[in-house]
Amino acid sequence: MTAPNQSGWKPEMTASEDGMHNGPATSTGNRALMLEEPLLFEIGSVDTTGVDLPEPAVDAANRLGGMDRAQPIGLPGLSEPETVRHYTRLSRQNYGIDLGLFPLGSCTMKHNPRLNEKVARMPGFADVHPLQPADTVRGAFEVINELAEWLISLTGMDAIAMSPKAGAHGELCGILCIRAALEARGDAREVILVPQSAHGTNPATAAFAGYRVEDIPANADGRVDLEALKARLGPDVAGVMITNPNTCGLFERDMKAISDAVHAAGGFVYCDGANFNAIVGRVRPGDLGIDAMHINLHKTFSTPHGGGGPGSGPVVLSKALMPFGPLPFTARTKDGVVHLVEEENADEFGHTKAFGRMTAFHGQMGMFTRALAYILSHGADGLKQVSEDAVLNANYILRSMEDLLHAPYAHSGPCMHEALFGDQGFGGELSTLDLSKALIDEGYHPMTMYFPLVVHGAMLVEPTETESKAALDQFIHAFRTVAQRAKAGDESMKQAPFYAPRRRLDETLAARKPKLAWSEDAD
Amino acid sequence: MRYLPLTDNDRADMLATIGAASIDDLFVDVPAEAQLDGPIRGLPNHASEMAVERHMRALSKKNLAAADAPFFLGAGAYRHHVPASVDHIIQRGEFLTAYTPYQPEIAQGTLQMLFEFQSQVARLYGCAVANASMYDGSTACWEAVAMAGRVTRRNRAVLSGALHPHYTQVIKTMAKFTKDEIADAQPSIQGAPDADGLIGRIDDQTSCVVVQYPDILGRVSNLQAISDAAHEKGALVIAVVTEPVALGAIQAPGDLGADIVVGEGQSIGVGLQFGGPYLGLFAVRDKKHVRQMPGRLCGETVDAEGKRGFVLTLSTREQHIRREKATSNICTNSGLCALAFNVHMTLLGETGLRRLAAENHRLACLAADRLAKVPGVSVLNDSFFNEFTVRLGQDARPIVRTLADRGVLAGVALDRLYPDVAAFADSLLVAVTETTNEDDIEALATALEEVLS
Repeated sequence: MTAPNQSGWKPEMTASEDGMHNGPATSTGNRALMLEEPLLFEIGSVDTTGVDLPEPAVDAANRLGGMDRAQPIGLPGLSEPETVRHYTRLSRQNYGIDLGLFPLGSCTMKHNPRLNEKVARMPGFADVHPLQPADTVRGAFEVINELAEWLISLTGMDAIAMSPKAGAHGELCGILCIRAALEARGDAREVILVPQSAHGTNPATAAFAGYRVEDIPANADGRVDLEALKARLGPDVAGVMITNPNTCGLFERDMKAISDAVHAAGGFVYCDGANFNAIVGRVRPGDLGIDAMHINLHKTFSTPHGGGGPGSGPVVLSKALMPFGPLPFTARTKDGVVHLVEEENADEFGHTKAFGRMTAFHGQMGMFTRALAYILSHGADGLKQVSEDAVLNANYILRSMEDLLHAPYAHSGPCMHEALFGDQGFGGELSTLDLSKALIDEGYHPMTMYFPLVVHGAMLVEPTETESKAALDQFIHAFRTVAQRAKAGDESMKQAPFYAPRRRLDETLAARKPKLAWSEDAD
Repeated sequence: MRYLPLTDNDRADMLATIGAASIDDLFVDVPAEAQLDGPIRGLPNHASEMAVERHMRALSKKNLAAADAPFFLGAGAYRHHVPASVDHIIQRGEFLTAYTPYQPEIAQGTLQMLFEFQSQVARLYGCAVANASMYDGSTACWEAVAMAGRVTRRNRAVLSGALHPHYTQVIKTMAKFTKDEIADAQPSIQGAPDADGLIGRIDDQTSCVVVQYPDILGRVSNLQAISDAAHEKGALVIAVVTEPVALGAIQAPGDLGADIVVGEGQSIGVGLQFGGPYLGLFAVRDKKHVRQMPGRLCGETVDAEGKRGFVLTLSTREQHIRREKATSNICTNSGLCALAFNVHMTLLGETGLRRLAAENHRLACLAADRLAKVPGVSVLNDSFFNEFTVRLGQDARPIVRTLADRGVLAGVALDRLYPDVAAFADSLLVAVTETTNEDDIEALATALEEVLS
């Protein structure tokens, strides 16, 4: 086993008087490579530009309809070297997968292959306009269609809507398909059932689509209580939204029975596919009776998270929902040509019941090219290995921690791609937040905290398949160390992190006196 | 497989630690009938980096890239020069491979960038507060309509006929389910926008008036009269800007009374990318509306040592806290595109943005004058920024295809956007940016002369 900590550093070595680095304060506020960086608005000037453009003629005639912008805008500029340095310095205050293991449960922070970045920048993908004549963008249509065919095969479903822009947008797409299908049969149902452990986007989506949201009860195993669900089903229930594998990291064993019961009651089954990476290549959701599922290309298929997007959320659909899918989409005709199906030619392709359009243009092309390169790289055999290694890595963490941390569902069997722990047994007033911040000092991005809501002080750990055993062992060592400190009631954790670019930030102040844009006035 | 570090020895050791005999033991909760007995059939197995690159390059080469032809398409997506340093910075792993900044102590890079981005967008739009981005202009526009409903407690949105038809379709699609009433119209094919017609449609039940600026035909209208009329009826004004570069030349919607300003940010830093990912911009003129805004907001605060820092804030509006009572279901937004915008706008600065806008307008004026000389062609617009409508006297769509065959990407035929409106069939939207040169304009004019004669 690789030595987990080769620096010789020990937690007790931090105990200097102020809990901080030993050494004098610096005049700049910098600490060697840890560099402070002012705001653009403090270093830039409206007279500076880093782009060479011609100066406009002084009194050039214009046709702006008398709407000329005479007043100053207040946008500072920097020269190119200053710009590169500003953002390079800022970047170094960020944690990313490239720096280390990023065990953020439910978010699937796996390695982002650089081939995918290269492919997305090929001129035929990056520099084409969405409304170019079809014959000048057939290759782009083929990318969308090829990815669509892969996603349909991997999920065992019948159709796909490629245009949704992210997971939550995909959820909305799926729920709107369900709503359209119900309305088409004159069936005005009002309720969508969602488990308490669901992502917040699920109830928000259902409400946005005009539904009332009710909870589905869970059983002691952390899964949907099938009998309670059956008891609630009825003519007012439009459908259920179920995450599988669920947010407790468990496979919903009764998924097929759930689907059958919902269908028997006239409803539809939406599956939140955020955790598809646990089963991709090994299990096809279509075999479990679901009607719609979004696929986060930025999770399962490794398009970069980019500090909060862009994502991409294609939605696979069952035969029952297929007619209602939104425009546009691509279709290959018998002659092998791929077409874009939009409002004007939907009739020709027999797609007359589309619920509408979710976005301008055709979807997240830049994510499609990356996801397709990822899928082709892995192939059918590699994707199966992806889910197996993701599940193996998560179980390795679960079994390496369960003697120390409360693992509420460890008794009910193996986990899938993520391991869930709670804060039971922490000493003093210490919390999951404190443990997380201490983990930052150990050089890790913390796990997902306080989600799912059904476990007190939840810690959801998702290592992903792109971590080596050595990396896992080092993480487990660090995780065990902070867990032991939490159980021992080590009060210094309340002050953590000590070594990050910032100490704990005052979120209450930020919300009480919101300062959301820079202004010249000192406060 | 090059992305998977575990060796078979590792896997065996780890299974032993776990106490499982085989990997199948870890999938024991998946019913046997739902498990495949091997890799999914009919799909190829893994491929080398070289093989994948070759496949993708072949697909890429089937497309005509904008740089390889005189190029005049716009209609909500514009080709601009993006400085090389923008792409370098967004590919830094600390930005590219970071998550949403939920742990602010180790995400100050992303958070400070978002604060700068919000500040830039607010100033560009003439607003008090901008959010940390939405998916794209069209979805931001729907979110604004939904927000106006929450603010005014009314549910009748009046859309300008000259709003991008895709945006109109997105709004109408969503409204079918939320039961909002959407009053849309068709654009008037004339030199000036029909502001009076729009004002005449505002009534006491109107939640908002949605008006594009410059509009879908490229015309620049004075929003102030529309704002005054809407405010008199208690309605909000939503201004939609699909070409942010225009705001380096024309007045900001917030300064003309718009209450919510939304739009597409793709022109600054993001590139064409066949329609996505793009960058939804969303801002409010008055701070009092902040708590009804959708999406993430980054705010300034201090850390435990009193140092300035940034956090995501006012998240009680959002789905992960508020669930079914959230202002929107949005979670992931367009963080990396916001960074690209932020970096490109920093490189431009106000001086560069104004020069960029002036150069766009200068070339567009040149193009309009040159095209007006083509027999049979007339320019519709009284006013425009970098995009205008020409009438060709015959169906524009086949002309566009013919010109594409000749290597000229001539613009967007209005028929592509309004296939049901016969009166628009002869109209072509022509966009001209700093990437267009005088040779390109001459190539378009010459090709049109030949094809139309």
